Amino acid sequence: MVGITSYGAYVPLFRLDRKVVGGRGEKAICGFDEDSITMAVAAARDCLNGIDREAVEGLYFATTTPPYAEKLGAPIVAMGANLRRDIFATDFANSLRAGTSALKLALDTVKAGSAKKVLVAAADCRLGIPRSAFEQNCGDGACALLIGDTDAAVTVEASYSISDEIVDIWRPEGEKFVRYWEERFTATMGYLSVVREAVSGLMKKNNYKPSDFSKVVLYAPTDRRCAELARSLGFDAKTQLQNPLFDVMGNTGTAFPLMLLVAALEEAKAGDRILLASYGNGSDAFVFQVNKQIEKIRDRRGMKGHLASKKVITDYMRYLRWRGLLPMEPGVKTVEFYSAVAAWRERDQNLRLQGTRCQACGTVQFPPQRICTKCHAKDQMEPYYLSDKKGKIATYVGDHITPMPEMPTITAEVDFEGGGRMECYTTDTMLEQLAIGSVVEMTFRKMRVEDGVHIYFWKSTLPRT
Amino acid sequence: MESIAGKVAIVGMGCTKFGELWDKSFYDLIIDACYEAFEDAGLESKDIQAAWYGSRETGYTGTWLAGALKLEYIPVTRVENFCAGGQDVLRNACYGVASGVYDIALACGVEKCKDHNIGMSFLITNPFDRSMTEWALPPASQFGQYAIPYFRHYGLSDEEGRRILAKIAVKNHHNGTLNPKAHFQREITVEDVLNAPIISWPLGLYDACGVSDGCAAAIVTTPEIAKSLRKDYMLVKAQQIAVGGNQLKLQSGRDFHHIQENEEAAKKAYQEAGITNPRKEIDLAEVHDCFTITELLIYEGLGFSAPGKGPEDVEAGTFTLAGELPVNPDGGLKCFGHPISASGLRMTYEIYKQLQDKAGPRQVKNARIGLTHSLGGNLGQHICAISIFSMPD
Amino acid sequence: MESIKDKVAIVGMGCTKFGELWDKSIEDLIVDACYEAFEDSKIEPKDIQMAWYGSLYSFTGLHLARALKLDFIPITRIENFCAGGQETLRNACYAVACGACDIALACGVEKTKDHRGGFGLNIQEPLDRSMAQWDIPPASQFAQYATRYFNHYHDYYKWDIEGFRRILAKIDVKNHHNGTLSPKAHFQREITEEDVLNAPIVSWPLGLFDACGMSDGGAAAIVTTPKIAKSLKKDYILVKGLGVAVGAGQSYMQPEFDFVHIPETEAAGKLAYSQAGVTNPRKEISLALVHDCFSITELLICEDLGFSPRGKAPEDIKAGRFTLEGEQPVNTDGGLKCFGHPLSASGIRMTYEAYNQLLGRAGPRQVKNARLALTHNVGSNVGIHIGAVSIWGLPD
Repeated sequence: MVGITSYGAYVPLFRLDRKVVGGRGEKAICGFDEDSITMAVAAARDCLNGIDREAVEGLYFATTTPPYAEKLGAPIVAMGANLRRDIFATDFANSLRAGTSALKLALDTVKAGSAKKVLVAAADCRLGIPRSAFEQNCGDGACALLIGDTDAAVTVEASYSISDEIVDIWRPEGEKFVRYWEERFTATMGYLSVVREAVSGLMKKNNYKPSDFSKVVLYAPTDRRCAELARSLGFDAKTQLQNPLFDVMGNTGTAFPLMLLVAALEEAKAGDRILLASYGNGSDAFVFQVNKQIEKIRDRRGMKGHLASKKVITDYMRYLRWRGLLPMEPGVKTVEFYSAVAAWRERDQNLRLQGTRCQACGTVQFPPQRICTKCHAKDQMEPYYLSDKKGKIATYVGDHITPMPEMPTITAEVDFEGGGRMECYTTDTMLEQLAIGSVVEMTFRKMRVEDGVHIYFWKSTLPRT
Repeated sequence: MESIAGKVAIVGMGCTKFGELWDKSFYDLIIDACYEAFEDAGLESKDIQAAWYGSRETGYTGTWLAGALKLEYIPVTRVENFCAGGQDVLRNACYGVASGVYDIALACGVEKCKDHNIGMSFLITNPFDRSMTEWALPPASQFGQYAIPYFRHYGLSDEEGRRILAKIAVKNHHNGTLNPKAHFQREITVEDVLNAPIISWPLGLYDACGVSDGCAAAIVTTPEIAKSLRKDYMLVKAQQIAVGGNQLKLQSGRDFHHIQENEEAAKKAYQEAGITNPRKEIDLAEVHDCFTITELLIYEGLGFSAPGKGPEDVEAGTFTLAGELPVNPDGGLKCFGHPISASGLRMTYEIYKQLQDKAGPRQVKNARIGLTHSLGGNLGQHICAISIFSMPD
Repeated sequence: MESIKDKVAIVGMGCTKFGELWDKSIEDLIVDACYEAFEDSKIEPKDIQMAWYGSLYSFTGLHLARALKLDFIPITRIENFCAGGQETLRNACYAVACGACDIALACGVEKTKDHRGGFGLNIQEPLDRSMAQWDIPPASQFAQYATRYFNHYHDYYKWDIEGFRRILAKIDVKNHHNGTLSPKAHFQREITEEDVLNAPIVSWPLGLFDACGMSDGGAAAIVTTPKIAKSLKKDYILVKGLGVAVGAGQSYMQPEFDFVHIPETEAAGKLAYSQAGVTNPRKEISLALVHDCFSITELLICEDLGFSPRGKAPEDIKAGRFTLEGEQPVNTDGGLKCFGHPLSASGIRMTYEAYNQLLGRAGPRQVKNARLALTHNVGSNVGIHIGAVSIWGLPD
């Protein structure tokens, strides 16, 4: 049967203490070197942990905060997750509903037999005007679901969608900040009205009663409106409603409903029935059945693992700097140039973290080499991927000169288990946390933007869990 | 093995003041350094038959040297090898003369580092990362990677290690005060070094060399012609370079408490010059103290100190002006400054003056054999150049 | 000053295909060119004692060390714009000739097409560090020679601009034809004089087909002493003369300069000829690979190197003297025009053709009785050119 065969999620390490902006609790904020693409890769890798990447035949990437107005993000995510080339990969954009729309189409794709396994990755890092209510409300995060036709842990019983035209929340081309009409209008005629229509339509069509559901997962503009919606549909907000995690994460945009679904699945057991409904110019509603295969995917970091590991930021200026909302002094630059040709040629080594292993002597080398550094054999190399390998730090420095939003810039030489060595930045880490021999893992990050091109690569970091 | 020993002589040298020379163009510097060399040699620019021009960021081609000096349609070749460029430009000029094709050649290295904003003008991208993705670091963060492993390997705490490094900085600053051409001329203390702002842990501001403008030049000829020009010419005994093939970064498990390129170049240079006990036979050395940690590792790499014994020698003052083997008597990169392609020639200039007994307050007694050492590039990808010079017998 | 004649031998050479090699990195080109040279010479990478690396865009010789995994040997980067290739080889030769080493590698590589639009540098007025004065592409520099040549010899040839351009076009047609016989060349197609005249103008009076190709490519040579060469194989070539001359801005600052000759080419040629003992280049040079960055340059070179008397190159061109079938073939492999011009590789690529011609390996391009082959480059701008001339021949 078709359904969710694995899940993963990613909540960035950092949390902004909302006291700093006059609120309560914490919201998840991605680091200066993260964006929707990097977070989607992280969630995808969590989801695909231990799963053969070759088996994935499609990727649907959903976000309202893509790096480019015109250029696909899905191929970048696919390479970061080390998927095949001969897959159908595309972006779902523009809407808070894009994540569930991607889910819906992934389910249909697999059901139709067009692909055996499709990965859905949704990520958002939306920006609120400094000190606005929106800024308080939103958070950054990502989710990934692997949809397949065999051994699904979560199957679909029913789905129902409404397409609704309303200008309640919108972001014009080229602008950073989301605009919205007053909450009294957007909540009543938008969110409450439309999601109610979708959920009641779904329940009526399939003869469900509110008590049929173990868990109800709803997109939530706020805690209050979410509880209001649940009650108006006849659900018990205390026992059935999935906690929208505002006090620890915030509204993560198009990833939000799927991240809350994963949170629900982490507590679910065989036999549970779960309702999911999203919102954004309409609503996608689903009913899911959980079966005992769910026990096989408890080892993901998911929501629990990521929420538990955190660093709280109380310096608002630091956050603004990371978001590029505070101009920085231009620092020392390189004199070299960006070349699209070189970037194209090096995409496997850069995005897949692909090195080579010498077939004559077994030495692993990064970046790929034609002549072996050890035995000098020529052109006897096979591809070898380092992204999932852990490593140990052989040496490191903390640099105060390289212009980055976070200083010092830490660089380390990492020796990988199984062989291979690589020099890289170390991110999300303080110098004091490191020593020679520290264990690190690799994470996909954005290095910088040059000529309007977003340049992605890998950095080392202390393991999240 | 083949050798350059005894085949080439230096008969004239020039060196400008190094520093923030805002009002000097590189043309000015070339003319100042080269004309000092011409005068020193008793020659004129029209006597030069071929020239080699060292520049990292101060112009493509050799046309700049020709243009500054108005050399009339002679060969002028640009050589570039990061911080080893100064020695390499001299080396290629020496091969030109030793081959017999040219009798009198000019080697000149110049850099206008301060024409670039902020001075240390750029971050060095991973040189093999053409898509410019992987990283971009200032040299401090590259060389800094040697420090912690050295401290740990030899059982030094960070504090102990930093104190040893500080003493090297203090020594070089002191030597700089005796040198009117040096960029920086002031004494500092160990406390100054330890309290300075950190630029890349564990290196602070005073662990790093100066960024400067400057130029130096040498006139190279055969020993026969040299003899006819002056008694105190300087003979080349060795010129070797070792370039790393990134072994250190491609192979896990290699150590960071020593620099293999130093060892490989030293081995070849000592063999070429016939030196078996460097600590005893080398009278003075000018080495690449881009950072204090580099100078410490150089003592061991060049065989001046046994492995791990560098700190002891530093404490004992072995490498001070009054010590057994003065290192960087002219203040080093630290205080003389580091215009990238000029430095190797500036080091040669100090050795030249020392061997001729013209080093004034910096004079090392009985200076007969001098060594210059330059180290460019990044970890695993260093270019180490070592040259050895002596007076004629 | 002695001559370099017969002091150094080339025992092996390699050359990659030149072209738009998007999927080849610098290191791929280094490995391909150098390993062809290793195989040709029967010398292994570990036997190389010193190396010289020619490159416009990359710093130091680290690419060479890293690509070939050379173990801690001296590697020097040489750069001299378009003369970089010959200079790389020249400096390697001096090291062998003076006994500093026995076996050296010279390799020039350029990934010109990694730069947007190809030749990434507009060469600014080189003495203008404030970058205020001007910034013009090579085509406009060299076109200045064309305008002057057209005027200077107008009374003699009585030509209109089309007539003059036709002479230049003959050079382009010749080089394109030679390119079709050269499998490693970037461009391999015939063109006609009409094609040249009708092509878009790049910098009047030079049009698209008057300009050479911008390409990626690499070439390498292994040099050694004649004694070692002889012990390795029968087929090797010997250096006969190496000349380089750099302008000091004379012609660009002196109003007397006539713009119808390039003094740097003349001076470099003179130096090389005197070392090689050549007194009559028109008779003694069997073939030449010269710097046809633009058609006008090849025309001037033929006079500057003494192949044609001053002002008479158009007559020789019309008579077909420099074609493959002519008395003195020039650019037998298609020249910069069709082989392509990766700056620091070109001089060594020319040497590769000279090498193959002298050793009888040039196939359909073979010049009969090739005894002395000349390679020539001229780089940079009017008044500050770098002229390089090398002459190669067989052992006696």
